[in-house]
Amino acid sequence: MSDPVLVVRDLVTSFPSARGRAAAVDGVSFELAEGEVLALVGESGCGKSVTALSLLRLVPKPGRIESGSIRIAGREVLSLPVSELRRVRGKEAAMIFQEPMTSLSPVVTVGAQVVEALRLHEAIGAAQARRRTTQLFDQVGIPDAESRFDSYPHQLSGGLKQRVMIAMALALRPRLLIADEPTTALDVTIQAQILELMRDLQRELGTAILLITHDLGVVNELADRIAVMYAGRLVEEGTREQVLGDARHPYTRGLLRAVPSLGRRGERLAEIAGVVPTPQERPIGCRFSTRCPVALPRCPTDPPGDTPVAPGHVVRCHVVAQELAR
Amino acid sequence: MFAFVVRRAAYGFLTLLGVLLLLFALFFLYASPHEMARRAVGEKAPPEVLEQWIANHGYDKPKLWNPEHPLDTLLVDHFRRTLSFDFGRSDADGTPITQRLREGMGPSLALAIPSFVLGLLFSVALGLFVAYFRETYIDRMGVVLCVLTMSISTLLYIIGGQFLLGKLLRWFPISGFDASPSVIVRFLMLPLLVSLADGVGGSVRFYRTVFIEEGSRDYVRTARAKGCGDLRVMTHHVLRNALIPILTRVVVAIPFLFTGSLLLESFFGIPGLGSMTVDAIHGNDFATLRAMVFIGSLLFIGAQIATDVSYTLVDPRVRLE
Amino acid sequence: MEAHVVSNLVVALLLAGAAALAIGVRRNDLWRASAVELARRRPIALGVVGVYLAVALLDSVSWVGGGDAGAGGNALDLHRPRSLIDRAFPLDLDEKSYSAPLASVEFYGGAPLDHPGRHLLGTDILGRDVLHLTLEGTRVALLVGGFTSLIVIPLALLVGVSAGYFGRRIDDVAFFVMSTLASIPNLLLLIALIMAMGRGAVQVCVAMGVTSWVGFCRIVRGETLKLRELDYVQAARALGVSEPRLIWRHILPNLMHLVVITFVLLFSGLVLFEAILSYLGIGIDGSWGQMIDQARDELARDPIIWWNLAAASSALFALILAVNFVGDAVRDVLDPRTLRERQ
Repeated sequence: MSDPVLVVRDLVTSFPSARGRAAAVDGVSFELAEGEVLALVGESGCGKSVTALSLLRLVPKPGRIESGSIRIAGREVLSLPVSELRRVRGKEAAMIFQEPMTSLSPVVTVGAQVVEALRLHEAIGAAQARRRTTQLFDQVGIPDAESRFDSYPHQLSGGLKQRVMIAMALALRPRLLIADEPTTALDVTIQAQILELMRDLQRELGTAILLITHDLGVVNELADRIAVMYAGRLVEEGTREQVLGDARHPYTRGLLRAVPSLGRRGERLAEIAGVVPTPQERPIGCRFSTRCPVALPRCPTDPPGDTPVAPGHVVRCHVVAQELAR
Repeated sequence: MFAFVVRRAAYGFLTLLGVLLLLFALFFLYASPHEMARRAVGEKAPPEVLEQWIANHGYDKPKLWNPEHPLDTLLVDHFRRTLSFDFGRSDADGTPITQRLREGMGPSLALAIPSFVLGLLFSVALGLFVAYFRETYIDRMGVVLCVLTMSISTLLYIIGGQFLLGKLLRWFPISGFDASPSVIVRFLMLPLLVSLADGVGGSVRFYRTVFIEEGSRDYVRTARAKGCGDLRVMTHHVLRNALIPILTRVVVAIPFLFTGSLLLESFFGIPGLGSMTVDAIHGNDFATLRAMVFIGSLLFIGAQIATDVSYTLVDPRVRLE
Repeated sequence: MEAHVVSNLVVALLLAGAAALAIGVRRNDLWRASAVELARRRPIALGVVGVYLAVALLDSVSWVGGGDAGAGGNALDLHRPRSLIDRAFPLDLDEKSYSAPLASVEFYGGAPLDHPGRHLLGTDILGRDVLHLTLEGTRVALLVGGFTSLIVIPLALLVGVSAGYFGRRIDDVAFFVMSTLASIPNLLLLIALIMAMGRGAVQVCVAMGVTSWVGFCRIVRGETLKLRELDYVQAARALGVSEPRLIWRHILPNLMHLVVITFVLLFSGLVLFEAILSYLGIGIDGSWGQMIDQARDELARDPIIWWNLAAASSALFALILAVNFVGDAVRDVLDPRTLRERQ
């Protein structure tokens, strides 16, 4: 078993808030093996996007990575000089974003933007770069690849733009692809197509994918493993079957229950009571304790440690730990 | 594209006619030829002298409607002659205006073009520089400096420049102009420096805002994620996208190249179109002033059409209209 | 009615208007919060502007009579209206010609002054006290900025809202008029207007108003177009609300933040512009621009005479700088994004 492609340990990324700095990512650790797809799941504002941006040090100012370790293909990203970091970006690890509409420069053709990615890392000629780009466009399912090369972003639909983004990200065969909500801004039918594309490419190229999403349907399509995030911390981690089939953490269970399904017609939509606490309101212990239906007295004050539930399935919850101890 | 230019040109011409109408209303209806004669000759001049002046300048026609020869009116004259660039003679000293225009263009351009080009390069570079260091000490200092320099009147830059560099340090002559190639630079340096100092504050602030806005866009994040270095991001992505607002600001300033900086030219004794205009004010020379306003508007309208056309070149989103 | 009576009335009206505005702002939570925020960000600049305002107001309240002509003064002067500022200076304060600040002798020749050591900023070529002149210039500057803005803003609002709201014909006409005016380089248009209208203070203000309203009008028109399409405006229309009421209650209040921003930013531009006009000989009497213009040659003398220029330039610079700082803060505070957050 080869070394993991991505190792994150105790990552803390903060932003200034009304009272000092608030940690959007507060001590997150996880690993991603070669060729594996890990889905980072959580509701809006839980810090999953910031985690993704931190991996390539793309956190916008005034945000700041405070501490932790991020190792991509064995190299410690946080201590790399900028020139080395530039070589990692795009080549070892690539990223695609949520809004294809605004993620491409409007005044440059889509082909030229992919060519730019290629020529930043490899010494190839313009003609050859163009050929490779057209091939990539074919691979990602863009029809009329040759003529599409000279199109401008505003001439393409959202789905096509996202395909261009994927082509650009995979152009240099990175070992890690970070996908930040790649389908959220797309129509449902296009979503399915893009997901299928990502699945096919992943199998073909063996790229490891860190998939950031709040949509459990997307998770089911692509993920090998799932990590659930809440208010800046991971609360549950395991394989797809383990997390979706045997969720232990009260938050994960709440999420799964809240997904409407055809089988339960006529029932009231389940919800998780309360709202996500602001950084100022976060309890010292388990952050979910303010909304947890089964919280114990120690939960708000005592941060729960890792409780292995099964091989590869870890939960952070006192209630679960207590149950297992019996 | 051709149709687009034609449409814009047609509307521009219509606007130009509007300008001519305004000029007519101002200088022939509101301030009648009698007024003009009185101001030119003197308040206490006897009526015959005034009539003579009016006749000399061809203003002794009905203004709007002539029952005998319907088109022989001041109105028609005004339109017909201005549009054919026949500006007649100066109200002040009788010299042919068109000739003076030709003479004045050279010196005006000699000052205006270098000041425009250098000012642009300098401001854009500074704007990029300050925007790159946004939110840092350099940026904040830069903004404060911009506001400070913007708050100083142009007059003070001129007077200060003349005093410091001309009188105190004696680097350049205080004023004057000599078109011979060996000396011309010496006479232009001071007004050039003053014009740069005067304009830099506002321009840098504007460009800084534009660059910061573009720099925070998503596609810049994508470029960084691909591995683009900061320099490339600034030049290939931010600058290219910022061209649209920059172009607007720049192209609109072009007509001022001709009409010349009135202040600079008259303060520094440069015999260009600007000082011609200032002389016209002091000499109550309405004819020259009308000509200058017309030329200025013509250039302005031309520049606006040029901006619209240049948008299509720079922004592919506008191209396919 | 004589000029000074008119000016007294105007001042009274302005003060009443300002009081009404202050009460209105205090009542409205949003505006009050914005005002507090502004005061928090730029206390010094606001203070400076306040001082200038006070001086201008004091110089605008004038009446005839009272006082003493003094030993060297002219009794006729007692029949001229004199403002509160004027009355702070003795009537016969004039010297014969130049004198340096706080000097006791004339600058050229060294003859003793009538009022040695009393001229804080020296005297000018006619012997007038420079401090007095500078203070009087404050009134002119604020007149230029304030009065002209009072012309520009309602005009631009009227045309802009009509064009944006009623559209079609009215919009076409308005657009054409605006394009025509905008096609003439500002300074040229201004010069043309003043030469046609004559060179009084009111004409200069009107001319500056005509040159400045188009920019703001375009912004108002654009905003009105956007506002007109908003859901709640459409809803009000569907409910049958009359158009004038719609404009008054829904469109205008949402333009107010633009009005405030424009007013402050316009102000400094206008005052600076007037200085240029003074150089060209078509400015307003008594302005700092005129002082600077008259002082132009003084730097060329040997030894140089600097106090006239320094006083006028500093006064001008300080006011413009303060207004610019306030203007920037106003723009930030009234930014629609932060306005929404503050709600």
